[in-house]
Amino acid sequence: METITFTGQVFQYLVTGITVGSVYAMVAVGFNIIYNVTEIINFAQGEFVMLGGLIMVFLHVAVGLPLILAFPATVALVTLVGVLLDRLAINPIRRPTVLSLIIATIAASILIKGTAMFIWGKDPFDLPAFSGRDPIIVLGAVIQPQYFWVIGFLVLIVIVLTFFFERTIIGKAMSACADNPDAASLVGIDVKRMVLLSFALSAAIGAVAGITMTPISLMEYDRGAMLAIKGFGAAVLGGLGSFPGAVIGGLILGVIESLGAGLISSGYKDAFALIVLLFVLFFKPSGIFGNIEISKIKRF
Amino acid sequence: MLRIGKLPIALFAGFIIIFPWVAGKVPAIGNYTDIMVFVGIYCLITIGLGLLMGYAGQISVGQAAFYGIGAYVSAILTTRFGLNPWFCMFIAVLITGGIAFLIGAPSLKLKGHYLAMATLAFGIIIFIIFNEEARWTGGPDGMVDIPGLSIFEFDFDSIEKYFYLVWSFVFVILIFTINLIQSDTGRALRAIHTSETAANSMGVNVSKFKILVFVYSAILASLAGSLYAHYLNFINPSTFDLFFSIKLLIMIALGGMYNIWGAIIGAGIITFLSYEWLHYFEEFEVIVYGAILLVVTIFLPNGLVGLPGMLKELFVRQKSNE
Amino acid sequence: MTLRKITVLSTICLFAVGLLAGPALAFEGSYKVGGVFSVTGRTSFLGDPEKKTAEMLAEKINNAGGINGKKLELIIYDSEGDATKANLAVRKLITQDKVCAVIGPSLSGTSMAVVPLAAKYKIPLVSCAASYKIVWDDKESKARKWVFKTPQTDTMAVQAIYTYLKKKGVNKIAVLSVTSGFGASGRGELLRLAPGYGMKIVADEKYGPKDTDMTVQLTKIKGKNPQVIVNWSVGPTQVVVLRNWKDLGMTSIPFYQSHGFGSRKNIELAAGAAEGVYCPLGAVNVSELLPDNHPQKAVTMQYMKDYAAKYNEPLSSFGGHAWDALELVADALKAVGCDKAKIRDYLENTQGFVGQHGVFNFSADDHIGLDKNAFQMVVVKNGDWALAK
Repeated sequence: METITFTGQVFQYLVTGITVGSVYAMVAVGFNIIYNVTEIINFAQGEFVMLGGLIMVFLHVAVGLPLILAFPATVALVTLVGVLLDRLAINPIRRPTVLSLIIATIAASILIKGTAMFIWGKDPFDLPAFSGRDPIIVLGAVIQPQYFWVIGFLVLIVIVLTFFFERTIIGKAMSACADNPDAASLVGIDVKRMVLLSFALSAAIGAVAGITMTPISLMEYDRGAMLAIKGFGAAVLGGLGSFPGAVIGGLILGVIESLGAGLISSGYKDAFALIVLLFVLFFKPSGIFGNIEISKIKRF
Repeated sequence: MLRIGKLPIALFAGFIIIFPWVAGKVPAIGNYTDIMVFVGIYCLITIGLGLLMGYAGQISVGQAAFYGIGAYVSAILTTRFGLNPWFCMFIAVLITGGIAFLIGAPSLKLKGHYLAMATLAFGIIIFIIFNEEARWTGGPDGMVDIPGLSIFEFDFDSIEKYFYLVWSFVFVILIFTINLIQSDTGRALRAIHTSETAANSMGVNVSKFKILVFVYSAILASLAGSLYAHYLNFINPSTFDLFFSIKLLIMIALGGMYNIWGAIIGAGIITFLSYEWLHYFEEFEVIVYGAILLVVTIFLPNGLVGLPGMLKELFVRQKSNE
Repeated sequence: MTLRKITVLSTICLFAVGLLAGPALAFEGSYKVGGVFSVTGRTSFLGDPEKKTAEMLAEKINNAGGINGKKLELIIYDSEGDATKANLAVRKLITQDKVCAVIGPSLSGTSMAVVPLAAKYKIPLVSCAASYKIVWDDKESKARKWVFKTPQTDTMAVQAIYTYLKKKGVNKIAVLSVTSGFGASGRGELLRLAPGYGMKIVADEKYGPKDTDMTVQLTKIKGKNPQVIVNWSVGPTQVVVLRNWKDLGMTSIPFYQSHGFGSRKNIELAAGAAEGVYCPLGAVNVSELLPDNHPQKAVTMQYMKDYAAKYNEPLSSFGGHAWDALELVADALKAVGCDKAKIRDYLENTQGFVGQHGVFNFSADDHIGLDKNAFQMVVVKNGDWALAK
């Protein structure tokens, strides 16, 4: 068997890192959308990813719907969960304080996790890869075709969202809410509807992440928490609220994690992302693209 | 923030004192004393966490880490170095307090969500360390043959004896904390919770107090951890995971975070649910916790302890509408 | 509707029916045996078949007239894989339910949490977990008086693997392990026993129990050029690592799993990536492949039939540990009745007990009762087990 050179190894880590980083980036984008409109950090963000994977397994594998139908159906269902999250957990809180909102999203995340456990059990589930499993060898590193699907969807999401927020009326309305909800409602924007929309959108993106990553690393009911924390780390690293930040942050975080596990210690793999998060929070909470002044004005 | 009188404390003390005797007489609840030992241990943690969240208005989603550090320091020092368990408990308190200070100082500058995430990340990192540093912690296998506690020749080797030991700790801490709340420090904390800016402008050193409470809550968790280790004579990392930190939040939210009795009530209910009442509904356990937390956050923001107040307010409002 | 939901609903219905129906058989008294398993939680794949097996065996014993005319009353609690819950459950079994003996727990962690209770309350405990520390006190260098266990230890599994590898002329291996109790223990044994079999360990990588991608670790291993990879984990990670191994194109390096791989479901989940993978398994997993004169052929075939008939699902290796534990206790009860000290002595003197996972020979120093012959080397061929040559 051919051996792999050190460069090859590093390149492999980079490839894995970018792929997993794309998932973190998608989670981070989801965080940002909700944060931008509501200034809430949605602890349940990771659960959308988990649900995306598991529901897709149900529709595509158990029910047998073809990929092209199951994909949007899954996204729609997870979006529904996002809507429910807003309506049942966030909206009803009469006097929203930081503490109560944090606890509400934590509660929602364990509720969703518990329900998933009840429905699907604790086993991991598999999805067939979208375009097969024949690997592509580049510089001695093995690239699975599915990796391209993950990265590709990230790119697609970024393009669509940028267009949405900058060119469409609804998108611009959502941005307005983020800057100043009172002013926004004064000009006739239904703030509550924008909040709902932000949850829906975040859920949809989370679902896409879950669907595309499951063929690579399976999916089970309790994957959500770690994804949420690392996704948050990516968002903060890039600057909370910034879309390019989320993407760059996600990719960087994924690569750091992969290189750290590969070159330093594989047992501490999860810790790398968390240490980066703490570092950023302690020394530059505004992240790479964030702005200190703006983050100070934010209510939370 | 009610004036906490002597009568409730005395009544509660009486309840605790006769509890093992009563449980021993009624076969159906025979093992409740055992469960109450854990309630007591968790109360130590929740009293501190409640102070942090309810009075100082800060959040920690990583309290299990301090619980674990206390347990592991006690376990390591007693099993690997053969030191006296009480001395080790004291050392554990110092170490945990020190770590809390180091983490608290930068973290408490953060607000709201950032603080929650920082404590969350910290909690998980500590959990990973427990699992990885097997040479010290025994790794995922945990640590075995941890000695029990004894004073001179008296061994705390039965459920009842440990029950009284743990609850003695709880009462001492309870009274100390109540005094803390009613002192100048307590007033400063309440001022900070209401408005940091206002408190600052009145000359209250906000960061000093926040760190103080954070360290205090960590120390209490450490004591709880040591007591746990010496009771079970065995610890392993899975006890100190993220889900336990979240369970603690549920205890506080359910009981009521603005009142010290809330911490005790919340710990009691959730522990009994966990170890006894939900036994038939294991599949639903996680859903039940999520539902409790959500319902409490939306409908009972002051927890169960705040229920009488809420009902009174409703009643008053009804009357004034007539 | 998922199987789980159906199970819950039918359990409730059965419970209701059970309440209405009276006792079918007449017994004069009963022997109470307690059991603690991780029926739910992350390790339900261990505790669930263990509970099912124990219940099936108890029912079988009672249908045949019980033990000396007395009913075998099995009381099982779910530890949920949690050390504290396991401790509380065992205490409850001993002080409230007043059982004669306890079987389980399912995990090394939960077992260690209840081992002190066996000595404190002087009651025999037959664990279904792997770690040798459950029955052996390292500090005092002797067996724990009141504790026995039925699963093979990882030492035996490693010995079985190394014996086979040596036979095949392998001397350069890569070790991959999960950072859980099971993985750490196995890794420890792999490292410790390597020199004795002439094995050189060229790579020693780890991953977490919730990890979903081991390409990094496998890539590192690829760079060290081993002849064989030995992976020590249990649960979903042992499947993920196989898929990564295949996806990275490393299938020319033979892959050896631990005995934790013992379930046809794992082969299924690996989606073809398990083909050609080796692992040591207890006889219970390959009962059909055993030669007719194999001492365990009869009991393992019977267990397989009974389990399939009652539960309509393939048996799991782990259920076999519970079978061994309960059968040992039932034997003791038959001989000496509900006397805890006598049961303990009886267990300690048991010789030649034919179980699902081996033939047990206990002694004062040996509360495990098995050796490396309790394992058969097995390879996955055409999606099913085959005895490795």
